[in-house]
Amino acid sequence: MDIELRHIHKRFGPVHANNDINLTFLGGRIYGVLGENGAGKSTLMKILSGYQPADSGSILLDGTEVDYRNPQIALHYGVGMLQQDPLDVPAFTVLENFIFGAIGARGYRGHAAARLLREVCSRFGFELDPDTPIASLSIGGRQQLEIARLLALGVKTLILDEPTTGISAEQKTILFNALKSLAKNDGLSVLLVSHKLEDVIALCDEVAVLRAGKLVGTRALPATPSELVALMFGQILEPAQRIAVNLDNAAEAIRFENVTLRSKRLQVKDFNLNVRAGEVIGLAGLDGSGQELFLRACVGLAKPAVGHIHFEGRDMTGASFRQFLAAGAAFSAAGRLEEGLIAGLTLTEHTALMTEHHPVIDWGRARQRTINRIQTYHVRGTPESQIEQLSGGNQQRMLMALMPESAVLLALEQPTRGLDVDSARWIWQQLMVRRDIGAAIVFSSPDLDEIVTYSDRILVFYAGRVTEIPDARQATIDQLGRLIGGHNEEVPR
Amino acid sequence: MKQQAWLSRVSLAVAPIIVALLLTGLLVIAVGGNPLQALTEVLRGGFRDVASFAGVVNFWIPLTLAATGLIVTFTAGLWNIGVDGQITMGAIFASAVALSWNLPGPLLVIAQLVAAMIGGAFWGAVCGFLKTRLGVNEIFGGVALNQIASLATLYMISGPWQPPEGGSVRGSPPFPPESLFPVISDEFSVSLVMLIVVVISLVMIGLALRGTRWGLSLKATGQNARSALLLGVPVNRSALSAFIVCGMLAGMAGAFRTQFAFTSPSIRPLVSGGIGFLAVLVALVVARRISWLPLVTFAFSALLGGSAQLKAVLRLDVALVGVLQGVLVLTILLFNGLRTRLESRTSDRSGTSATPTPSVSGSEAVHG
Ligand SMILES: Nc1ncnc2c1ncn2[C@@H]1O[C@H](COP(=O)(O)OP(=O)(O)OP(=O)(O)O)[C@@H](O)[C@H]1O
Ligand SMILES: [Mg+2]
Repeated sequence: MDIELRHIHKRFGPVHANNDINLTFLGGRIYGVLGENGAGKSTLMKILSGYQPADSGSILLDGTEVDYRNPQIALHYGVGMLQQDPLDVPAFTVLENFIFGAIGARGYRGHAAARLLREVCSRFGFELDPDTPIASLSIGGRQQLEIARLLALGVKTLILDEPTTGISAEQKTILFNALKSLAKNDGLSVLLVSHKLEDVIALCDEVAVLRAGKLVGTRALPATPSELVALMFGQILEPAQRIAVNLDNAAEAIRFENVTLRSKRLQVKDFNLNVRAGEVIGLAGLDGSGQELFLRACVGLAKPAVGHIHFEGRDMTGASFRQFLAAGAAFSAAGRLEEGLIAGLTLTEHTALMTEHHPVIDWGRARQRTINRIQTYHVRGTPESQIEQLSGGNQQRMLMALMPESAVLLALEQPTRGLDVDSARWIWQQLMVRRDIGAAIVFSSPDLDEIVTYSDRILVFYAGRVTEIPDARQATIDQLGRLIGGHNEEVPR
Repeated sequence: MKQQAWLSRVSLAVAPIIVALLLTGLLVIAVGGNPLQALTEVLRGGFRDVASFAGVVNFWIPLTLAATGLIVTFTAGLWNIGVDGQITMGAIFASAVALSWNLPGPLLVIAQLVAAMIGGAFWGAVCGFLKTRLGVNEIFGGVALNQIASLATLYMISGPWQPPEGGSVRGSPPFPPESLFPVISDEFSVSLVMLIVVVISLVMIGLALRGTRWGLSLKATGQNARSALLLGVPVNRSALSAFIVCGMLAGMAGAFRTQFAFTSPSIRPLVSGGIGFLAVLVALVVARRISWLPLVTFAFSALLGGSAQLKAVLRLDVALVGVLQGVLVLTILLFNGLRTRLESRTSDRSGTSATPTPSVSGSEAVHG
């Protein structure tokens, strides 16, 4: 199916999110949609998939103008979208969501649905257990489910708004090959919004680049990452540098002593670790391999079944999250609108929650503090914006801006999720400033490059098993890729 | 463009009232009445004379107190159905003071109010405890606690507070004269103290929700308890405090009911008069816009006040007013939903709804 966008405009108050966009997407091709945070990518994709109407302009499918009033009608035409933050029903299981999402379109039930789900999953290399409740699935898992659901519905245009990359290299190859073959043989077109330029280069035939609401150009691939960066930002960025610090005399921030962590699906057994002030520890692993559990255990959101956790030398085994928070720990989760930010609250209200501890809130001061954060973290939004009105990357910046300044330990799940290359680098600069004044950082990321670049030490999780790489400088991305896939090998010491 | 939006807003506010009136009018015709006459009687009924207006105000006071309390729990994302029981408990505690304490007049009135607040808060706290510690959904907990509160009233009336003339479950003996709330005049028998209490409650809750850490914590808890916790809000304590504050206000409503609901101040079965449930409807209608609350409660009170006329003049059943109220609430909610849809059509469909109502679980909003 060929899609043509003509003179698309969309404003949100003063923000011109889409400014006269003209684009054509041909059937059977795979397109990358690129642009800095807040460029208007999600907005354009939502317009194309019926989640929000354009102010003006038209959408033509195979030459005929369409006007769809909601996502169901768009789906009926064959346009389906994976949202940046998946819209599923947390209380339902994987299978129930799969079935529920089909009602009104094609309606299938029970065994047939389970079979269809299995088929789609094996074709695309997804590992989804039909009976897992959504609430206990990782963001990546939820996105896989959503992709499976859309493909099972037979969409002709698949829009992927920043699918997370918490899958192994093999899984990624399977997925990409499956998408390519669908494009080539069945005429599926795919629009991929992503900040992962390697993925874009590996998958796409062509890219379109947006900047500040305008289309600044299209380009056929192949291209190098730096060429794409130049298109996006109008300049070439220096590669990220980091200065190692001397940790010999550093105090202990958190120590795990023979700790066993258990969740419904896996356990991390008999685990010992000593994190020092100023140290950066990267957690590598496929989604749901235990790193999420470990990060939560660092701040009292998961309690050890066995063993002890010492925070700055104090035994805090079994302490609550609020106690950890008071002691100087901070946490940010990957599912930012479920865990961390509150849809319906303004930016100022978020700041006030973190900083205003007197019974009566000084709104003037809270607002000023918000303005400071907005400026320091380059958040595109106003103090009065509600958090869900921000673009995904800007939500992430706000989340980072909310981390308490004097934290002893920052436990960060995918700290740069959804950030463009430039902002990701910039967030890391901020994090390194905090490290330099003595904060320990423990972070997970699906991006092995990020882990190798910023960590002092790396922990690799595979099905709850932990392998330590004591010196991150010795690690290579290839080796990490094999380790997270469960291939044992000698770890360099 | 601007003007059009404004027009559609107004019409969306007025439309549910018209629809509700039309529907009830049809019902009046069905039972053989004259709908226009019925409407005028109801509208006039509450304002016939000073005494009937006093009746309206005396209904407005406890309804507004309870609904104000409910705004607090709704903000925290809690369906506090147990508010009726909290009113009843307030009434029981106030009655205990009125019937057994010996204090000079003004002090005894204050003591009753304080006792009522303690009683209501206690009952709210029980519901909150069940919810936050034992995971009992506040709706089920509330229904059970309402029942228990009613039974407690019956027990007190038929046992400890049996009137001297002997075994009846009709009510306690009349309260002693010192315990009575002073009224403005015999004609206009409205308690000035309680009017002041209502105004103070409204203003204080309004300010607290807007300007205090407590209010912000409640809002955060109600919108997304999980995130609120991560932002440092003690969510369980917030929820509990919402129940307690609501209970205090509902309790005072209960004390007021013992004074003004019956021919002589006393406690009787069904002392809450279902005001708790009506208050839930009011809170649903106003959502979190507390400034609307006194107006809405006044409209409801006037409708009820006028309903006595239906029977007297037109020989129609008083229940019609209940029907009108029910239909009104339904249509208002319906139109609220409609407005949300319309508004989101012009902005962003994937955004959250414009009228905040508590989610049933109180913590998780369902996506999609
Ligand atoms: N519902 C909304 N209300 C107000 N402003 C909005 C809304 N949705 C988007 N915007 C604004 O429109 C602009 C473009 O947002 P959009 O989500 O399309 O960016 P994006 O390119 O997807 O960025 P990111 O890479 O961060 O996801 C942003 O400035 C954002 O704040
Ligand atoms: Mg986006």
